[in-house]
Amino acid sequence: MAGETEKANVLLSAKLVALGVAMFAFAIFVMPPLYDVFCEITGLNGKTGAQYQAREITVDTSREITVQFVATNNEAMPWVFEPGVKSIKVHPGQPVDVIYRAVNPTNRDMVAQAVPSLVPFKAAQFFHKTECFCFNNQPLKAGETAELGLQFIVDLDVPKQVNTITLSYTLFDITDATEAKVAGNNRAQTP
Amino acid sequence: MAHGPAKGITRWLYTTNHKDIGSMYLWFSFLMFLLGGVFALVIRAELFEPGLQIVEPEFFNQMTTMHGLVMVFGAVMPAFVGLANWMVPMMIGAPDMALPRMNNWSFWILPFAFAMLASTLFMEGGAPNFGWTFYAPLSTTYAPPSVTFFIFAVHIMGASSIMGAINIIATILNMRAPGMTLMKMPLFVWTWLITAYLLIAVMPVLAGVVTMMLMDIHFGTSFFSAAGGGDPVLFQHVFWFFGHPEVYIMILPAFGVVSAIIPTFARKPLFGYASMVYATASIAFLSFIVWAHHMFTVGMPIAGELFFMYATMLIAVPTGVKVFNWVTTMFKGSMTFETPMLFSVAFVILFTIGGFSGLMLAIAPADFQYHDTYFVVAHFHYVLVPGAIFSITAGVYYWLPKWCGNMYDETMGKMHFWMAFIGLNLTFFPMHFAGLAGMPRRIPDYNMMFADWNMISSVGAFLFGAAQLLFLYNVIATIVSGKKATDRVWEGSHGLEWTVPSPAPYHTFSTPPEVK
Amino acid sequence: MLKQAKSCFAWLLGLSFTSQFALADDVKRWGVNMTQGVTDVSREIYGLHMDIFWWCVAIGVVVFGVMIYTMIAHRKANGAKAANFHESTTLEILWTVVPIIILVIMVIPATKTLIKVYDTSEPDLDVVVTGYQWKWKYEYLNQDVSFFSSLSTPQDEIYNRAPKGPNYLLEVDQELVIPTKQKVRFLITANDVIHAWWVPDLAVKKDAIPGFINESWTYVEEPGIYRGQCAELCGKDHGFMPIVVRAVPQAEFDAWMNKKREAAAAIAEAAKQTLTFDELYAQGEAVYQKHCAACHQADGKGIPPTFPAIAGSPIANGDMRAHIDRVLNGGQGMPPFGEQLTPVESAAVITFQRNAFGNNTGSELQPIDIVNFKQGL
Repeated sequence: MAGETEKANVLLSAKLVALGVAMFAFAIFVMPPLYDVFCEITGLNGKTGAQYQAREITVDTSREITVQFVATNNEAMPWVFEPGVKSIKVHPGQPVDVIYRAVNPTNRDMVAQAVPSLVPFKAAQFFHKTECFCFNNQPLKAGETAELGLQFIVDLDVPKQVNTITLSYTLFDITDATEAKVAGNNRAQTP
Repeated sequence: MAHGPAKGITRWLYTTNHKDIGSMYLWFSFLMFLLGGVFALVIRAELFEPGLQIVEPEFFNQMTTMHGLVMVFGAVMPAFVGLANWMVPMMIGAPDMALPRMNNWSFWILPFAFAMLASTLFMEGGAPNFGWTFYAPLSTTYAPPSVTFFIFAVHIMGASSIMGAINIIATILNMRAPGMTLMKMPLFVWTWLITAYLLIAVMPVLAGVVTMMLMDIHFGTSFFSAAGGGDPVLFQHVFWFFGHPEVYIMILPAFGVVSAIIPTFARKPLFGYASMVYATASIAFLSFIVWAHHMFTVGMPIAGELFFMYATMLIAVPTGVKVFNWVTTMFKGSMTFETPMLFSVAFVILFTIGGFSGLMLAIAPADFQYHDTYFVVAHFHYVLVPGAIFSITAGVYYWLPKWCGNMYDETMGKMHFWMAFIGLNLTFFPMHFAGLAGMPRRIPDYNMMFADWNMISSVGAFLFGAAQLLFLYNVIATIVSGKKATDRVWEGSHGLEWTVPSPAPYHTFSTPPEVK
Repeated sequence: MLKQAKSCFAWLLGLSFTSQFALADDVKRWGVNMTQGVTDVSREIYGLHMDIFWWCVAIGVVVFGVMIYTMIAHRKANGAKAANFHESTTLEILWTVVPIIILVIMVIPATKTLIKVYDTSEPDLDVVVTGYQWKWKYEYLNQDVSFFSSLSTPQDEIYNRAPKGPNYLLEVDQELVIPTKQKVRFLITANDVIHAWWVPDLAVKKDAIPGFINESWTYVEEPGIYRGQCAELCGKDHGFMPIVVRAVPQAEFDAWMNKKREAAAAIAEAAKQTLTFDELYAQGEAVYQKHCAACHQADGKGIPPTFPAIAGSPIANGDMRAHIDRVLNGGQGMPPFGEQLTPVESAAVITFQRNAFGNNTGSELQPIDIVNFKQGL
């Protein structure tokens, strides 16, 4: 009788420990990627999708959408970073090229990463980037200037209520991180 | 097995006895309650009037953070585990906890966790200063160096809670006396069973979130940093996925305690036992799908905002069922108001008030005005102080005669109650007003328009603190020199724990009792 | 009754208030309720708040009424005998269904308001709001106007060395000015940690998250000054980064905007001038006292190791470009000042630091050097 209970206890505890371990794994390995997927579907946080392959091009000239560009430097990022144009009007389906200008005024070589974010969220999945500097790290030598290209298409199916889209880039200084090249970053870069 | 406790300090170090461990949990949590209370009083002293008088903002933030962490993880959770240790085996007719050696462990790692946490106060850069919710990147990129110790402390607390929870589940599922079917178990056992499952489900998530922080800080990952493809908002989702069930972890056992006390002093069986069980289970289930109501202002798509608003409002239904059941239990009873009953009645009233403000907070558009103000502070203190703290206090008064064999001093108990009751309401009720008038939480200084309410709050806080010293004195006096208690203790008490002598012998139910 | 209780409290606590509050007569005291605000949305939210509040009061009256009745009527001391009922399906169904109905009644208007709050389309003006530790930056999109807005309450008031003004901790050096009767959209982000931009009168509260952008909007009908605060713990001075919004009629707004542009042009113009060493030194000393002295101390000795001394500092006595880099771009725990200081101010303060506190480089810097540095030249 006592032996049986003890066996049952051990078995049950083993199951519960397994549940605990599973929840731990869920938190670390499942929730972050799940969250990314969720963001992509809902446009949460204005995260835009990965590189887009343009299909056949039809342009809906009956609609006009204002696209605004915002640039923010994160924390101590000393670069000059600004959009070439602050806002343009585009037709859905039309591929548009714009540039951002970046200057590294410091006397050291640096690497930056631009993180895009877009409002309104519901437009995020209808805003396709065919080319973007945000897909890659951006190195600039001391005193160097660069023009960073971006090509995008606003989807033909963009919801009717959307008439303004604001695209924001935040520039992060990742010089230290790239130098260290620390292993263990197993998270995919969200472009 | 029929021997008594060992002598000296080794009794406590090596003990595997559920009663010893229960006592240690309770004393430890009381110590933490006093420590967290001191932190709270530093906060209230600084907020007594506008201007910076006593502490600098940096230290103020450390105080708010440590107050939250110590109260949640050091006071409330261990106190309920202590009550479970003492009462669950006695309520289900088991000789001890299912895994007594693990029980010893799960207690003894706690003092180390909190010593580590408290030691951060003396480290260079100071203690954690990012709030008990430790939002990234304030808690990662911008954290003081002591954050690493904080993370390890949380890991240890988590391990302790999980071990405790496993033990409780194993005890309840495997150790019941013959005839003690699940639906015959006292509600306290039921609520703890469900709480224990919640603990096992979410404490690993907390461990996960702090582990991700640790990796971000020391190993160059970027779970929570936008620069490397992560997202600070992800932190909040993972944290609150733990955090919301966590609040129910702190309240469900309280439901159990109150459901034991009210029938005793109403001399009438608990109304709607089955619906109480189902309501507890539904609250536990709902707690997993409402987390983002803590994040209404974070910028979610409207569909998400609506979903979390609806789901949150739904929680009011099972919670309402519980309150109605307690009131109906009292209805047409034959009531007396000893100290445990006073605390329980206050629990029902004040917890309901906290529930009301919770319902208001659930309305997402209105939450844009409430969020992160003192209205929220008032809300969760109304749920946690009369909820968790009052029910624990009620439980201690209710079961203390059984534990130590002596009756506490009723007059002093009532005095404690009225001091605590008045102190609590003076402290936290004005916070509703300060919050609605526009005072953000976690600020060390404020405009004069909030001054009057804050001054009242501070006065109330010191009264509440004094009440707890009276409590301590009363408990010690009871143990040392209280009048002898009867086995039944209370006229209206029912259940296995009242069939054993007072004080409960070191080993109870070595042979299982008959349950009719 | 309530009023009496209030005045009683006021009287009881009055003694300790006297010193600081004598001057603050126009402060609204004993505020008990949410502001109705000054926009359609804020009034709707206030309405929701009051609706749900009265529902809670109604439920409370019933529940607590029954409780109090039973506590009086069913006491053992009054000879009450306990009944023995312990379930009633009808009752239990009733008190499950009734709350659900109440919730549905509440959910409908709440959903409508939420949809309204989320409708940021067709704004007349866009303002980018960026949270910094511990100040706000406002940038008018497409207008070439941007500025920082930080707390203007003097330290003496905070540390009780001077009487507190009525807008204590709720006043800033540069207010955010917006036009009335225009839909203004706020694009909210942050530079370092998470902040939250909250103005109760506009019922706008949105988290400012580094790397990501959020949006909200307002439409203010009446001119006025509306004050708010940061609502998300963001570090040491979280309690000291207020928000002040001044709503003015469109014409006044345009005039203000022109003035701002002219001021910006004047700063650019000033950057072209050449100053004498004495001018630079004098201006630099003022800038130092305003921006640097809090950490590096008025005597330049700092509080090592956290705040290094300027006196004898290897940076202030070393390579000029490294010094400019540190002031403009920050580093080793120091925040960057490049965006806050005008080129004239930067040049002046650097010149000052290189020649004060016993530092004796004899070097000086002109505003144009700063402009060139920022362009990477």
